[in-house]
Amino acid sequence: MTAVVTATGLTKRYKSSLALDGASFQIGAGRIVGLIGPNGAGKTTALKAILGLTTFDGQLSVLGLDPRKDRGKLMEQVCFIADVAVLPRWLKVRDAVDFVANTHPRFDRAKCDAFLARTKLQPGQKVKQLSKGMIVQLHLALVMSIDAKLLVLDEPTLGLDILYRKQFYQSLLEDYFDEEKTILVTTHQVEEIEHILTDLMFIRDGKIVLDTDMDSLGERFSEVLVGSELAAAARELKPLDERQVFGKSIFLFDNVSRPQLERLGEVRRPSIGDLFVATMKGTYA
Amino acid sequence: MKTFYWLVKREFWETKGGFFWAPVVTGIVFLVLNGMGLVLGEVFGRRENPHWWGGLRFGGDAQLQAHMRPEDLQQVAAGVDIMFYAVAGVILCVTAIVIFFYCLGALYDDRRDRSILFWKSLPLSDTSTVLSKVASALLLAPAIAVVVGVIVALVLGILIAIVAAIHGVGVWSLLMASHPIRVVVNMILLIPLYAIWALPTVGWLLLCSAWARGKPFLWAIALPVGAGVIVSWFGLMGIAGLSSNWFWKNVVGRLLGSLMPGGWIGNTSSLAGLDDDNPASLVKGMDLAFHYSALASPALWIGALAGAAMIAGAIWFRRWRDDT
Repeated sequence: MTAVVTATGLTKRYKSSLALDGASFQIGAGRIVGLIGPNGAGKTTALKAILGLTTFDGQLSVLGLDPRKDRGKLMEQVCFIADVAVLPRWLKVRDAVDFVANTHPRFDRAKCDAFLARTKLQPGQKVKQLSKGMIVQLHLALVMSIDAKLLVLDEPTLGLDILYRKQFYQSLLEDYFDEEKTILVTTHQVEEIEHILTDLMFIRDGKIVLDTDMDSLGERFSEVLVGSELAAAARELKPLDERQVFGKSIFLFDNVSRPQLERLGEVRRPSIGDLFVATMKGTYA
Repeated sequence: MKTFYWLVKREFWETKGGFFWAPVVTGIVFLVLNGMGLVLGEVFGRRENPHWWGGLRFGGDAQLQAHMRPEDLQQVAAGVDIMFYAVAGVILCVTAIVIFFYCLGALYDDRRDRSILFWKSLPLSDTSTVLSKVASALLLAPAIAVVVGVIVALVLGILIAIVAAIHGVGVWSLLMASHPIRVVVNMILLIPLYAIWALPTVGWLLLCSAWARGKPFLWAIALPVGAGVIVSWFGLMGIAGLSSNWFWKNVVGRLLGSLMPGGWIGNTSSLAGLDDDNPASLVKGMDLAFHYSALASPALWIGALAGAAMIAGAIWFRRWRDDT
């Protein structure tokens, strides 16, 4: 696979803390990668490094460019939505489209107009008159009309209601994503992006602690519902995590053969949320 | 170039209130006040002379007009020109205050409300972003102020002409003898000099705006003034042989006050200076050669260089300061 992002030993030190601690990872073209981590784990710093918004140590290549040196050139190929509501409040919908159309060489105005036609946005409205959901619709319409190779999303649906959140990811999948494009997304609402991800990365204390594609995730991790009589046997297989539900125990296993687990009880694929909680145990302690 | 045009346009969208409406509203207030003054004059005039035919007295001048010699007409017309300059000057002063605060916010406000993340998601270089703000402050805003100022002056001239006409005095010929177009051209041509002169202030304010993590206004004022106080303190103790007046005038004053229109007058050449005190020679005070003789003063260029260096610093901070 051709790598869109290659990071080796990515390190970023703020005055008192280490935001990135030698993180290394690779993101291939045509993937949708979820970068998941607890608050303060270094997600946003990693994204800022990729976007050339911050200095760092280590090697990082994005589309073959060094984001520290070639930011201007890089941003023709890379788009990002950082949080909702970063559009300037004084900007009018019409002016936003005009501005991007005239400053971005890869912007397709007709596409943008078509996206906007599907919303309730009026050309004369200012951003400050829009609801959070509408701002994100505008931002998404602008970004989806740019033919970029890499789209970076940092908590893009924070504070939106479920209708907007669903619509957001649906539009991305249906109208934007193809094998030429790569999406890197961070979010806390893991369960909502679970089904659209092709790859998953967990980040903790500035290190990548899990980096896998979704197919091998199902092979590697299993969740088993075990009755109390077999719980002791299950514990001997060194589960990652154990929790109690209705008098039964749910065990989470990493790399334990399936037949072995099937003898203990019902085996299923763990949700990313459960896997995340098990991996990050003790983070805030 | 196209990108730069749109960047400046963006600045105009954002600060339409300051760049456009502030001078327009000032102009309107100015006209209303003058209108009120004229009416007041009428009313008082009538009260004092109930049998007399008018309010304001134009009597003496009316005689003057008919028999005026061409050179006298020229003098009076020069007076009208001076009124144009004065009115435009008032508006420019308002715009100077607007520019001051615009520069302080230009590279700070979008970091505070995080919209910098949107601008930075577009392929715009930090250099052109900062330079578009410099151009908006030093060229666009003064140009708008000059145009608005001269329009206000013309309207004022017409108002006075109408009042005069009511009293049977024709000052139209006077207005015709004045040179509104020359005034506009002169003032537009003075904008480049204004831009060079104001560079240190604009550079300093933009630098603070790009660098401060909070309260850019406080930093921008406190640092030079604090430095001035320290220099004065040393000066009082007679150490280092520094003249604190020099420091206040050439460092603090240039960092904070160079946006005031006409600040360069003290640096002009006396050779090109004024000779008499009649209106025509005052108009000569608006002569371009007189003003541009300031270009011969090293102080102006040292300030401009310092301003350019500070703008370069602002570009650097713009590149690496983020929304945190």
